[in-house]
Amino acid sequence: MKFSKSSLLASVVGTALLSTSAFAAGVHPETGEKLADDQTFTYRVLDEHSSVDPAIVEDVSGSELVRNLFEGLYNQDNLGNLVPGVALSHTVSDDNLTYTFKLRDNAKWSDGKPVTAGDFVYGWQRAADPANASPYAWYMELMSLENAEAIIAGDMEVSKLGVKAIDDHTLEVRLTQPLPYFALMTTHATTFPSPKWAVEAHGAEWIKPGNIVSNGAYKLETHVPQETVSMVRNTNYWDNESTIIDKVEALVMNDENVALTRYLAGETDRTEAPAGQFPRLKKEYPDQAVVFPRLCSYYYTFNVSDSGPEEFKDVRVRKALAYAIDRRVITDAVIQGGQFPAYTFTPAVTAGFEVPKVDFADWSQAERDAKAMELLAAAGYTKDNPLEFDMVYNTSEAHKKIAIAMTQMWKQKLGVKVNMNNMEWKTFLNERGNQNFELARGAWCGDYNEASTFLDLMDSGSGYNDGKFNNAEVDKLLADAKSSTQPQANYTRIEEIMAAEMPVIPIYHYTNTFMMNAQLKNWPIKNAEQNWYAKNLYKVAK
Amino acid sequence: MLSYILRRVAIAIPTLLLLIIISFLLMHAAPGGPFTSERPLPPAVLANIEAKYGLNNPIYVQIINYIGGIITEFDFGPSFKYKDRSVNDIIAHGFPVTLTYGFLSFAVAVIVGGALGIAAALKQNSWLDYFAVGVSIGAQVLPNFVMAPILVLVFTLWLGWLPGGGWNDGQWNHLILPVIALSTSYMASVARLTRSSMLEVLHTNFIRTAMAKGLPYKVIIFKHALKPTLLPVMSYLGPAFVSMITGSVIIDMYFSTGGIGQFYVNSALNRDYAVMMGITILIGGLTILFNLIVDILYAWVDPKIRY
Amino acid sequence: MMVDVQKMEQLADNLAVQEEVQGRSLFADARRRFLKNKAAVVSLIILCAVLLFSIFGHMITAWSNEEIDWGILGQIAELGAPSIENGHYFGTDQLGRDLFARVVQGTQVSLMVGIVGALIAVVVGTLYGAIAGYTGGKVDNVMMRIVDILQSIPYMFVLILLLVVFGRSIFMLFVGIGLISWLDMSRIARGQTLTLKNKEFVEAAVATGVKPITIILRHIVPNLLGVVVVYSTLLVPQMILTESFISFLGLGVQEPNTSWGAMIAEGAGAMQYGTLWQLAFPMFFFIITLFSFFFIGDGLRDALDPKDR
Repeated sequence: MKFSKSSLLASVVGTALLSTSAFAAGVHPETGEKLADDQTFTYRVLDEHSSVDPAIVEDVSGSELVRNLFEGLYNQDNLGNLVPGVALSHTVSDDNLTYTFKLRDNAKWSDGKPVTAGDFVYGWQRAADPANASPYAWYMELMSLENAEAIIAGDMEVSKLGVKAIDDHTLEVRLTQPLPYFALMTTHATTFPSPKWAVEAHGAEWIKPGNIVSNGAYKLETHVPQETVSMVRNTNYWDNESTIIDKVEALVMNDENVALTRYLAGETDRTEAPAGQFPRLKKEYPDQAVVFPRLCSYYYTFNVSDSGPEEFKDVRVRKALAYAIDRRVITDAVIQGGQFPAYTFTPAVTAGFEVPKVDFADWSQAERDAKAMELLAAAGYTKDNPLEFDMVYNTSEAHKKIAIAMTQMWKQKLGVKVNMNNMEWKTFLNERGNQNFELARGAWCGDYNEASTFLDLMDSGSGYNDGKFNNAEVDKLLADAKSSTQPQANYTRIEEIMAAEMPVIPIYHYTNTFMMNAQLKNWPIKNAEQNWYAKNLYKVAK
Repeated sequence: MLSYILRRVAIAIPTLLLLIIISFLLMHAAPGGPFTSERPLPPAVLANIEAKYGLNNPIYVQIINYIGGIITEFDFGPSFKYKDRSVNDIIAHGFPVTLTYGFLSFAVAVIVGGALGIAAALKQNSWLDYFAVGVSIGAQVLPNFVMAPILVLVFTLWLGWLPGGGWNDGQWNHLILPVIALSTSYMASVARLTRSSMLEVLHTNFIRTAMAKGLPYKVIIFKHALKPTLLPVMSYLGPAFVSMITGSVIIDMYFSTGGIGQFYVNSALNRDYAVMMGITILIGGLTILFNLIVDILYAWVDPKIRY
Repeated sequence: MMVDVQKMEQLADNLAVQEEVQGRSLFADARRRFLKNKAAVVSLIILCAVLLFSIFGHMITAWSNEEIDWGILGQIAELGAPSIENGHYFGTDQLGRDLFARVVQGTQVSLMVGIVGALIAVVVGTLYGAIAGYTGGKVDNVMMRIVDILQSIPYMFVLILLLVVFGRSIFMLFVGIGLISWLDMSRIARGQTLTLKNKEFVEAAVATGVKPITIILRHIVPNLLGVVVVYSTLLVPQMILTESFISFLGLGVQEPNTSWGAMIAEGAGAMQYGTLWQLAFPMFFFIITLFSFFFIGDGLRDALDPKDR
């Protein structure tokens, strides 16, 4: 848990100081660096965003836009700590079920109207409203809001949602169970406010440029579908004075190699380094190639359900396969983006998570290989009677490379014969979701920065538990961790059970590998969730 | 002829209906739906979404509603993936883009390809012939997904002459690379078809007779040989024109043009049903239309053709 | 249009007589003329060489198409270039696998796909188009509207359904290719047939009571061959590239196997990263094979042209 009252207070003071000190034009007020004349930040996105409606948005590129167009109760600083957004502070009742947020009185919408607690109530109700059918409605449920479940199921009026405007600047939220990380969840785009008058005036068209009213540091200027989105400074934003970037542009480029070419031609300030190219780019452009950890885990999951193969019901087989993979080779020689070899499911970068000691993490690869051979032989598989199975992954250059490297390791070390199958994304999801596989690729990125967002996948009742791993102790540990203020012991135990049972093969923990204009400063590389705010960025002069 | 055209228009309607129904069924039979995602939605949330889009109805009701929406309100439905936009929005924005670069590419392909093909045929086995054949084969064998990155590398990164992508309301310098990348392989096909067809016509007796009669060469070529030469080329160009003006996923992807070409593939991959249907209907309608035009042109080229 | 009716009739008579009497020498004649075409003969030799390469190529390399050279992996641009010393004659791919062995195996797949696709197009497309065009009227209208529909339905779903229902195999890949390859061909064949059926030699055959199916096979189809052959050579590269799309969906060739389309796409994606050989070798084979097909196609066209005799 990173959130604390004192850090909040410090940032309030910091911001207050910042906004009062009028800074000299062309010089950064804190660092004194000379600023570039053109403060336009242009970045590449893989695909068009789904929506810029905070109550609807479901994808990463859409959330990035929404975080710049709108502002929620809290923002995150460069480390992922909470800093005030529209809310200045909050108090929690003794039973930990009622949160009362104090909102600032100088927050305004882009049309000049004040941002009130009612706008949050309206936004949250829209997210939960069955008629609005938001794909992220479940987030309201995840936040344990009172009555959210019944409202989403259509059994209760939207107005019964556990959120209330006490007055214009006081928001009261009621939960069904104590949730230690509740405040952290309010930085998510789904919890941002909606302007009722604009939504009612334009209906579904309210998010179009010209109609849209937003309360963030930027407002939507143009949207050329499948090409660009551009946002310009919202002069009504309460902290507009300390915003330096004037314009933010997102350019859609589907192909990562063309995106890199266009970056090198100076068309964008940020793009992703294509898989395998990072070391070369780092050598050629040391000041532009950046790498930092992400809150994501890459793994393969065994189908241990009834429809799974008999072979995988033997824990020795699962362990042998997990041990024989040389994760260093995959991270350092195949994908080469500074990823971290994974021996636990939860990434080390997760807030408050201490990586437990699992046995095979400390062995040398030779020891792992020896152990793997021993286990597989004990399970009864030999050269004459080799283990054979199918593995599936969704079509992608990087997944393909990793799968090939894995199968070759198994083949050369253990004599295992693996049939690789790639599938188009939706077919893949469908087959995996219906346990129609033997070994399947998986990846998971945290919804919030806490270990349970990963370990919940191992819950026997989880809809994301595609391998149908079922362990009563894990289920109990997870349930207990929910309301515990010190859940680390539970998480350690779960990771130990996973290392012993090996329901999934953890491969690596993700990194972001960016090519970033060296003039662009203050990118939050230490924010594991990568919640970036263009208002915190700036460009220095060459 | 007029009655033939009327008959063709009349049959176009059941054809389109059949196309809609088959596509609809195929789409729904394919595994995964628009809301299948890495994180399966909780049942209640999914139920709300399906209710909103009418996906909870039996399939025949969905088809009837869909067709009803088109007929009564010209509404092709919402996009499930790009929730801020409807199918009408997507096509209204994307089709003019692909129409622009597709039409230009078509013009380049027909003019350059046709000229190359005719020249090659008239000078069969000369250096001109070999040059034309060489160029057309060269263009044919360079797939556009190889050509597109090469063009961007050369003209954007190395020379810095042209933007590497984007549309910018169809400004000329944004058009050049997509048109080159799209037109080359069509141009090559047109050149090769024209050449072989022209050769065949030149070897027919009536052209030989005309030559023997001593008619001027130009008259023979342009008045007598050209029209029959066009016939197989036209059969090819009908569908080719449709696929060019409805864009190419490769062109849209590499050059970020914002055209509808990419939707044909991506909406299928995303199971974005209504977008898929909208584009299918557009392509189907245009295919039917341009095949009718080709048939009418046949009769113009060869008046003996009766339907 | 100026048509010398008398000459045409004469030609038609000649043709009919020729075919009746010299049925067997038609192909002997064609072969003789094909062999006189130097470009076509050279192309045929090259094509045979490519074929032999794909069948026996694996014998001259120590590497298999799937084995990773762990010593090279991770430093492809520095160590993976073509080299006689380490046995990677064509260098390695992004994963340190021997490109020579991969090109050999990919050639097998792509040649097969190209040839099978073109053959289906020629046989099905030509017959379908000829029948539609020759019969005309309602039959023509219905048959061609079916082609319109098949050309417009979202093909991708057909492929996905084939994958889900029948599973993946090389055979299903050919089914997938075969389903679309003939559509354009049938249009071209029909267009040509429309004008052919008004020619005097066809009318003569009709007048003498020859059955329609015989007319189509004996008089229409041979006269279509010129354009059909040329168009089918245009289809070969299309089919080879379509394969990589089908494989993308999961129906076609699966790793560790590969194809030209897959290798070219990979090589093209990485071409600015100092590993140009990954594009160059598959492209080289792709190009010489297509050139061969084109010249063989032209040679065949000239050799088979019934008018040009």
